[in-house]
Amino acid sequence: MNPVIKVSNVVTRFGSNLVHDGINLSVRQGEIYGLLGGSGSGKSTLLREMIMLQRPQSGQVVVLGHDLGNVGREEAAWLRRQWGVLFQAGALYSSLTVAENVGIKLKEYAHLPKNILQEIVRMKIRMVGLPDYAADLYPAELSGGMIKRASLARALAMDPGLLFLDEPTSGLDPIGAEAFDKLILELREMLNLTVVMVTHDLDSIWTIVDRLAVLGDKKVIAEGSLKEVMNQPHPIIQKFFHGERGRIRVQHGK
Amino acid sequence: MKALEHQPEVTFLRDEEGNILLASSGEWRVATLKGVIPVLDRHLRNLSRRSLRWDLFGISSIDSAGMVLIEYHLNLLAKKGNTVEVTGASQEQQQLYEMVASYISAVPDVPQERESRFLRPFTHLGESVMVFLRDINAFLSFVGENFVVLVLLLLQPWKFRYRAIIKNIQDAGVRALPIITLTSFLIGVVIAYQGAVQLQKFGANIFVVDMIGISVTRELAPLITAIVVAGRTGSSYTAQIGVMKITQEIDAMRIMGFEPHRFLVLPRVIAVMIALPLMIFFADIIGIAGGMLVANLHLNISMTEFIHRLQGVLDVKHVWIGVAKGPFFAWLIAMTGCFRGFQVSRDTESIGRYTTISVVNAIFLVIACDALFSVILTELGI
Ligand SMILES: Nc1ncnc2c1ncn2[C@@H]1O[C@H](COP(=O)(O)OP(=O)(O)OP(=O)(O)O)[C@@H](O)[C@H]1O
Ligand SMILES: [Mg+2]
Repeated sequence: MNPVIKVSNVVTRFGSNLVHDGINLSVRQGEIYGLLGGSGSGKSTLLREMIMLQRPQSGQVVVLGHDLGNVGREEAAWLRRQWGVLFQAGALYSSLTVAENVGIKLKEYAHLPKNILQEIVRMKIRMVGLPDYAADLYPAELSGGMIKRASLARALAMDPGLLFLDEPTSGLDPIGAEAFDKLILELREMLNLTVVMVTHDLDSIWTIVDRLAVLGDKKVIAEGSLKEVMNQPHPIIQKFFHGERGRIRVQHGK
Repeated sequence: MKALEHQPEVTFLRDEEGNILLASSGEWRVATLKGVIPVLDRHLRNLSRRSLRWDLFGISSIDSAGMVLIEYHLNLLAKKGNTVEVTGASQEQQQLYEMVASYISAVPDVPQERESRFLRPFTHLGESVMVFLRDINAFLSFVGENFVVLVLLLLQPWKFRYRAIIKNIQDAGVRALPIITLTSFLIGVVIAYQGAVQLQKFGANIFVVDMIGISVTRELAPLITAIVVAGRTGSSYTAQIGVMKITQEIDAMRIMGFEPHRFLVLPRVIAVMIALPLMIFFADIIGIAGGMLVANLHLNISMTEFIHRLQGVLDVKHVWIGVAKGPFFAWLIAMTGCFRGFQVSRDTESIGRYTTISVVNAIFLVIACDALFSVILTELGI
């Protein structure tokens, strides 16, 4: 079966700062795919390249069978409707309420009557674990964790087949993070989602990620299931999984 | 490309006992739902106390929006006393059904409008009055806070941010000179022309000098300069401080003990208070020069004649009064600009809103203050 996302030989450079030097990875249908790596290793940048916010200097990114370096306007518009994105900082529209943020894409593309639209928006808001009163709040009136949830609700608004999450659980309390993980699992089951998530959260990596790639030294230093990756001898991986926090996590298992 | 999406469909069948079967099929996905909604509305609206069976078997795929639509109608039907049986759901659909059911409201509600149309203008009026009063209150406490910081600083004058003041004089004053030159020159030209037409009728050409000299120095140069500064500098103060507010830079400054009034407001206010009088004096010269040019070309008054007459009729007090208005106007402009900047909250849109408000307020206050000067000075006989 063809992978949903295929990244080959991607090179990215900001001025003289070489961020990616030949990245290769592929994401399969229906899996939760983790992107790991230290701060500044280019995870967010890679994610931006997968959603057409940025172009690599060279190399190819293919999403749902379309080569992103070479798509027409119509194709691009269609592609953009196939995915939902949760940005690292939320990126909610500051002049709209949470409900409006969640509903904006529905309003624009689905042309539903107001009562149904409201009902869908309310469901999404409850689904991500926000209280009802949050619907009428503005982003500046939300806590950090609530912003994460609201932007997840917005990403899920159109029931996209592909979900990109940039550090969804950072900034959440452990209980909230666990609920978030569970929610993503549930959604994957029901909606046949494919999820690509950038994460540093060892718990998420252990409990929900099916396969992952570790970025380091400007390349993918390991890709595969957690077991396969952990057995790689690369020092970055050893540090990551067998450092203090990693060891505790390994001892406790799933 | 993608295969054509199958529209969602629903057909209504009635058996002999009057039971109703809804057979649904196609893709019930958010992008395609639009067409089926009126059909559902039409058929289900008037049903009550009936027994229905809703068959989902033909549905090839469904997302949560589609499920919301179905459950919304199920709830409506139940509310009207119908009994509904749902059949043919696959296991995934069952799961989705349960998830959606746990989140949507059991009683579909329609928000009611509370206030009557008749009362609305009064509500608006009341609200704007309250906003106005609150603004005045906030402005007064802003001024008070500013004054306290100023007094504390005067006790320790080495703590003034002299560099920031100099930089702000550069931005607000020196860089504004080209536009000030242009506007005040044109004002001088306009006044001279308007006067010339009238005065020529009486052969009183030379009086154009009195007119230009006094009106430019006493009224026009201060006003025009202040308006340019309000539009240029006042607005930028609001935007700068507003952005810092949104990005929480102001909060960061506060917790590091950098009093925003000392670091942001006072340097700006003092800079404009120093720069504006100087700019007014500059505008005096340029405005008179503009008038002189027109007088020379149009009324045949030579430059020496013009200057000689000017020395005779233009009391120096007019120039002083014009320049003395500078600090007052400057204070109003800079304080409003900063104050509105601190009012920016929440969203990026409010930066634009408050910037506009700030300029409108500043120009209004400058003109009001000018009127006050006129009244007081006339009463005092100056
Ligand atoms: N717009 C940009 N212009 C210049 N450099 C950039 C830009 N965006 C990212 N970079 C650089 O690219 C590198 C990777 O950044 P990126 O945001 O992808 O890191 P990351 O892996 O997501 O880190 P983190 O875990 O901290 O979010 C960094 O060195 C950063 O400075
Ligand atoms: Mg990042």
